Amino acid sequence: MRYGLLAVLIGVAMLGGCSEGVLDPKGPIAAADRQILLNSLGIMLAIVIPVILATLGVAFWFRESNTRARYRPNFAYSGRLEMLVWSIPAMTVFLVGGVAWVGSHDVSPRKPIVSSVKPLRIQVASLDWKWLFIYPDLGVASVNRLTIPVGTPISLELTSSGVMNSFFVPQLGSQIYTMAGMVTRLHLQADQPGTYRGFSAQFSGEGFADMHFDADAVTSEKFTQWLDGVRSAGPELNAKSYSDLVKPSTAVAPFTYRSVEPGLFDKITVSEMQSDDAMCRRYPTSMRAEQ
Amino acid sequence: MNLLGKLDWSAIPFNQPIIMGASGGVVVVIVAILAWVTLKGYVPYLWREWITSVDHKRIGVMYIILALIMLLRGFSDAIMMRAQQAVAAGGSQGYLPPEHFDQIFSAHGTIMIFFMAMPFVIGMMNFVVPLQLGVRDMAFPTLNSVALGLTASGILLTNISLAVGEFSKAGWVAYPPLSELQYSPGVGVDYYLWSLQISGVGTLMTGINFVATILKTRAPGMSYMRMPVFCWTSLAANLLIVAAFPVLTATLTMLLLDRYLGFHFFTTDGGGNAMMYVNLFWIWGHPEVYILVLPAFGIFSEVVSTFSGKPLFGYRSMVLATMAICVLSFVVWLHHFFTMGAGANVNGFFGVMTMIIAVPTGVKVFNWLFTMYGGRIRFTVPILWSIGFMVTFVIGGMTGVLMAVPPADFQLHNSLFLIAHFHNVIIGGTVFGLMAGYNYWFPKAFGFMLDERWGRISFWCWLIGFYLAFMPLYALGLMGMTRRMQHYDVASWQPWLIAAALGVVVILAGIVSQIIQLVVSIRDREKLKVTADPWNGRTLEWATASPPPPWNFAVLPQVTGIDALWQKKRRGRTQAEPLKEREFEPIEVPKNSATGFIIAFFAVIAGFAMIWHIWWMAGVGAIGVFLTMLAFAFRDEEEIEIPAERIARFEQANPAEIAV
Repeated sequence: MRYGLLAVLIGVAMLGGCSEGVLDPKGPIAAADRQILLNSLGIMLAIVIPVILATLGVAFWFRESNTRARYRPNFAYSGRLEMLVWSIPAMTVFLVGGVAWVGSHDVSPRKPIVSSVKPLRIQVASLDWKWLFIYPDLGVASVNRLTIPVGTPISLELTSSGVMNSFFVPQLGSQIYTMAGMVTRLHLQADQPGTYRGFSAQFSGEGFADMHFDADAVTSEKFTQWLDGVRSAGPELNAKSYSDLVKPSTAVAPFTYRSVEPGLFDKITVSEMQSDDAMCRRYPTSMRAEQ
Repeated sequence: MNLLGKLDWSAIPFNQPIIMGASGGVVVVIVAILAWVTLKGYVPYLWREWITSVDHKRIGVMYIILALIMLLRGFSDAIMMRAQQAVAAGGSQGYLPPEHFDQIFSAHGTIMIFFMAMPFVIGMMNFVVPLQLGVRDMAFPTLNSVALGLTASGILLTNISLAVGEFSKAGWVAYPPLSELQYSPGVGVDYYLWSLQISGVGTLMTGINFVATILKTRAPGMSYMRMPVFCWTSLAANLLIVAAFPVLTATLTMLLLDRYLGFHFFTTDGGGNAMMYVNLFWIWGHPEVYILVLPAFGIFSEVVSTFSGKPLFGYRSMVLATMAICVLSFVVWLHHFFTMGAGANVNGFFGVMTMIIAVPTGVKVFNWLFTMYGGRIRFTVPILWSIGFMVTFVIGGMTGVLMAVPPADFQLHNSLFLIAHFHNVIIGGTVFGLMAGYNYWFPKAFGFMLDERWGRISFWCWLIGFYLAFMPLYALGLMGMTRRMQHYDVASWQPWLIAAALGVVVILAGIVSQIIQLVVSIRDREKLKVTADPWNGRTLEWATASPPPPWNFAVLPQVTGIDALWQKKRRGRTQAEPLKEREFEPIEVPKNSATGFIIAFFAVIAGFAMIWHIWWMAGVGAIGVFLTMLAFAFRDEEEIEIPAERIARFEQANPAEIAV
């Protein structure tokens, strides 16, 4: 019954994943993440399912009332079995560990996506409790809706105005924390047009439950149309309108900014810094070392 | 100057019917119990035999009573969360606004880890370890009582927050900057911090006490490699406590300094770095996981071996695996935040290290399997819990290793998959283990068995309820549902959450069955009465009377091998020597002390005063604690002598079945 439940769990999870979520990738990063997840799961199930069956089988066979089972009250050591007992988990871990090490390098969030298409840069800031997306090379910005062209690598820089959040669009790939005073990097790509659910995956306070957004992946023509539309209407994003935006608010309907003051994102990453050495801290020690 | 700091009538949420109802009910129950105890004239008995007792068995029982009460508290939080998420779909906000929901999940985590699992584990070790070691008490009996008092103080403060003020809304990990004054200006985080600081000091005392006890006071002949495995896993867990809890205390102190004195350890300004907290927290937090689960592994080892009628398979392997886990648990903390943006080498290293822990854990599972192999298994309640554990825990372990793969974690981090995983190992590992231990050692503690039938019903409800409540969460995690959502807009999640809520109801049935089991057993205690060794046990605790006398063993056992009692039994049931010829010596046992109770009293005052910024009162509390310690340090006598006649009389009434 219990392993039956496990099978049901996996089957159902697959079904559940078909609609949306982790098991229904729409881009290369999400696809790689899923492949690694399923490979690791497969390796482990190969050992876990027999162990569960053996546990139940042994417990049942050696029940007190079974007179056919041989009672061996002194069977407490066997060198060969010990060898086996240590090597089975060690071999499993050797395999899964290899998957982990290679996978960790293959889909490192910092690693740019190899593509002939020029990447689109987007700067992401988590505010209380909404998302700000700045397109620095296009000079526009958007709140609570991320519009991206299909087939183009997206190069994200992420930060937070204060409380920590985690930027996550499961169907496009990995999540990454957004942290005040620091910039994290992430590379994603959508291969199919569609609207994918994005949200914060790190609890950030009262308005957290509404801190989700739509990630619209559109064709490049539609993206150009969208860009023209954004540029022709909406407010400007500058230091003053940012200071209004950054005030805590919940469930903000998506809107766009027709222009963005250059360098605003850099100001967000240091805006919380009041000390003199603020500029030095733009990259924390760990990231300085990486550079 | 305001004499009461930040405290005034607005701290009590009179306008919240749910909270006032709950806390009012709690107050009524407490007053009723106190009144009943006083009217019946039980106060002197309780004071003499329990509150001031420094007997490790009594202290262990009191820890477990605290833990069971907190299990009810933490579980009612769980019911509220599951009910909220079962209804708050689409446009609905459910019945709990974010302000309450956030407090509830923060309290649930804090209470279940610190005030349910920890006291339960520590209580179990308290009761069992000295008996298994064949000694008469802990190394520092009064310190043990102080530790219990401080744990109770932390519990009391957390529960006071229900009625006075609020609890933390920053989750049980209280990550800054959210938990900093800027984003959490209320007293909630302060309740969290002071509760954990006070009980954390108690836990550290316990750790030191057990390490000293296990290393320095064992029965004659009990070398390290003859210790029961539960003692080994307890040693490992307490070494972890001694190494890890100071890290937690220091980390929380830094956060306190930020909040009270304007420091900048973890703030977003002034050079603070919140990620330092996250690192430090998990440098404590991951060993904590093993502090909780290693003693449970020990319980399973004892239970599986006893009810299979065989020695534990691969004892040396088990010891090695335990100590390997103990060391490795300090080099895996980063797997709690692969998504922080560290490089591929760092993530890869911690991923692989995490998996390496699965090796000794896997070895343990195989060893239990081979312990059953060739055995003659009696399907009692404790072994049901153990087999339920083995099946459940390998699933939880597997999902854990899955999340140790960084790219998989990038997709599963903070999702309900993670929630399902750690409940899978904490319920399936620690709680199942504690329930096995509770059923296994109850007759030793009280002299009568727990009702078998209700025990089985409870086990099956827990097991089925667990799968029903948490398997849907695995699926939800894969569907992209993240944790701590007060409401959600994806309608397809709702059926799964309703299933999970039903699972919680089934677990509730399990808990109710346990309460019935206890009541029925107390009612039928004469019928269920047992002698020293009801299970045909293998280790020394079964060599003394049930319940054991204050001095545990009239004559210290002579240990000649692993499973000391079993060896004696196999050498033929040598009757104990005729009583008259046996000469008993007077035994010195530690004297009762109110130190623990008084220190706890002042600690609550100091903690409450610090939370509400009532500085003079905090001073009173701190000075009170200090003076109590001083008074204890100047005590004249610390032990009382139990005359040989009394011991002889007890031994006559409870003749030993096997002489050790």
